[in-house]
Amino acid sequence: MRDPAETPSRHRPDAGGVVVSLPIADAEATTGWPHRHLLDVDQLTRAELEQCLDLAVEMRELRNRRETLSTLRGEVVGLAFCEPSTRTRVSFELAATALGAQVVDLPIEASSVAKGESLVDTLRALERTGISTIVLRHPMGGAPYLAARSVGARIVNAGDGAHAHPTQALLDALTLREALGPLDGKKIAIVGDIGHSRVARSNMHSLTALGASVWLAGPTDWVHGFDDWPGVTVAHSLEDALADADAVVALRIQLEREAGGEMRSLRDYTTQWGLDEGRMELARPGTPLLHPGPTNEGVEITAELATSSRSLIGTQVANGVPIRMAVLSLLAR
Amino acid sequence: MSRFGSLVDPAATLLLSGVRIIDPAAGTDRIGDLAIVDGQLADPGAVPPGAERLDASGLVAAPGLCDLHVHLREPGMERAETIASGARAAAHGGFTTICAMPNTDPALDEPDRVAWVLDRTLDAASRVRVIAAATRGRAGEQMTDVKDLARVGIVGVSDDGVAVVSEMVTRDLLVSLAPLGLPLIEHAEDPALAADAVMRAGPTATRLGLSGWPPSAELSIVERDIALAEEAGGWVHFTHLSTAAALTAVRRAKERGVRVTCDVTPHHLALTDAWVAGDRGFAWAEPGSMAADPFGTPLDAALAYDAACRVNPPLSSRADALTLLAGVADGSVDAIATDHAPHPRERKSVEFGAAAPGMIGLETALSLGLAAVEAGCLTLATLIGALSTRPASLIGEVRTLEPRALAELVVFDPAARWRVNAANLASASSNTPLLGMELPGVVRLTVASGRITYRDGLEPIP
Repeated sequence: MRDPAETPSRHRPDAGGVVVSLPIADAEATTGWPHRHLLDVDQLTRAELEQCLDLAVEMRELRNRRETLSTLRGEVVGLAFCEPSTRTRVSFELAATALGAQVVDLPIEASSVAKGESLVDTLRALERTGISTIVLRHPMGGAPYLAARSVGARIVNAGDGAHAHPTQALLDALTLREALGPLDGKKIAIVGDIGHSRVARSNMHSLTALGASVWLAGPTDWVHGFDDWPGVTVAHSLEDALADADAVVALRIQLEREAGGEMRSLRDYTTQWGLDEGRMELARPGTPLLHPGPTNEGVEITAELATSSRSLIGTQVANGVPIRMAVLSLLAR
Repeated sequence: MSRFGSLVDPAATLLLSGVRIIDPAAGTDRIGDLAIVDGQLADPGAVPPGAERLDASGLVAAPGLCDLHVHLREPGMERAETIASGARAAAHGGFTTICAMPNTDPALDEPDRVAWVLDRTLDAASRVRVIAAATRGRAGEQMTDVKDLARVGIVGVSDDGVAVVSEMVTRDLLVSLAPLGLPLIEHAEDPALAADAVMRAGPTATRLGLSGWPPSAELSIVERDIALAEEAGGWVHFTHLSTAAALTAVRRAKERGVRVTCDVTPHHLALTDAWVAGDRGFAWAEPGSMAADPFGTPLDAALAYDAACRVNPPLSSRADALTLLAGVADGSVDAIATDHAPHPRERKSVEFGAAAPGMIGLETALSLGLAAVEAGCLTLATLIGALSTRPASLIGEVRTLEPRALAELVVFDPAARWRVNAANLASASSNTPLLGMELPGVVRLTVASGRITYRDGLEPIP
């Protein structure tokens, strides 16, 4: 029998009864992390992406055993959500708490000339209360870059406009890696409004870095301009995107975006691009389905598909906490 | 002693020795002595004994620069710029005339408001001409009284910041301006096509997830105005033209004999949309990794989404910038104008999409032009023509270095380099992505209306 300790995977075998050392005391965990902020996954090498996913697996195991960590003890993590969010916010809060940090809500709004206070002013003032990490969700692309240049705290991008959502991309990568094995050579289809999607952009960076090829499908206006992205193919049809796909990521359709371009109505979208069990048959048998949530059931996917055995939506949510634990602890190194 | 003078200082008398004299109007490019006696250009032999003699070897003397498009923010936003500080910035940049846009608060849409501004320019460090609003309150609905405005003294009308959207108002303006010999200065941007756009449409915008401004937003207004000018017999001047497609339309209209002219800003010639993603290479340079491979290159966290790069019209694609530069070289672009748009810090230290559009340009225009000359894209004489003689002729000013003319000139060191930083800018604002960069070209002397308006680092001959 093969000794699990010799497997090349960094996944630690859970030998019954053996106490797993805390990541912070782990020899590998002491290797540094060169990034002060997590602004997007484009800044991470393949090795760093894998390091983050591996650490998330460890975090998940520790969390399953209800072990608490002290990685961020004495630190304050501020949650600055300028846009409504439920699951991302909750999972950051749970992640920070599990690492021993204190968590506070920061009452941040996007800069407004009318109100006279800017994002930078507010963050600078709040930073003086001793916040060491700011988790920022913002409706405008690039806001976390401004924050990172303006304050001393570590910045974690929890979604900025249509630009990036790095922790979502990391949890998607973890979910996909565990469902499919190594992603080299895998075909991942992303379906929906790519142009307005921060999830799609970050996924394109991380999935291609991990060796997958990404296929995009959606109305012409929504997939326009991505042809030159290395490792990414804009499909001519849903059939092309799904053919032999190893996994499918459906994006949330912003309901207010229905008017304009070639899409006259949500029904138009659903008719042409909506995913149901029948269309999923175009992909490989049993091909898993991901969705960043929250879903518009009956629009981009059917309710049956969302709750089918293909659906990894619940796994994605479950992976959200350990991924964010891994990110927060890596940035604290 | 301040480096700055003003238009009410005593007239200058001095001799510049061994200077390279470039005078596009006369076709002159020679090294010699240039004399100013009592504010007028004179034969070197006419300089009285005891007058200052300055060593100008290695320096270039050119006609004073003329900027068709600046924002002085007075009245209404004096923290960003005043007439006085903007005029000093002009003198520092080698400009002797600047044309102030009317989008102040209140807008310059009535003769007494124009007169109020003109009164305050008399002792400035450069000549300030006024462009009046094209419509009342710049609201696009009711034409201003262009005849009365012309009587007070304006060089054109514009609703700059926005286009004159209504076709009928545009037509009425062109008809009314034609007998006055004044242009409608158009900010060509279709508000519907450009709605919500914060940068140029293209790979960089796609990469950054920012909504993009399509070239059709400019072209549609340019084509419309050309048709209206052709019918009305009026003169339309497109300011800050930013796309190759629009320049092509202007070229064709000129060939048909339509009275149409245009200017391009230094930042649309030298910078590109990749700057929004943190690239800092000039349009003519070998593209850096962000410009060459926007999707595969990680963003530079220190530079990406820099609000200093937010400008309207947005920074052009590299291909458009190079086409516009070729248009300056072949003369189809009539002038380089800065669209100097000062903003206080708080309007720029915000999210990219929330930032006020615009960058300052008076003090870096000549330097960016000289960088293009160094790169072999323009000749020095073409650059000087586009910055001085040609724009001046559009507003009825003469630029010559021939003797007996009123001295109106700039002397600069084309090889010396300077680092752009807030402390060495005379503008009250410092919103430019060029901060920290080293640029060629240092202005040593500016003379407007025979008065020294700026002087620095000129050594007397022992």
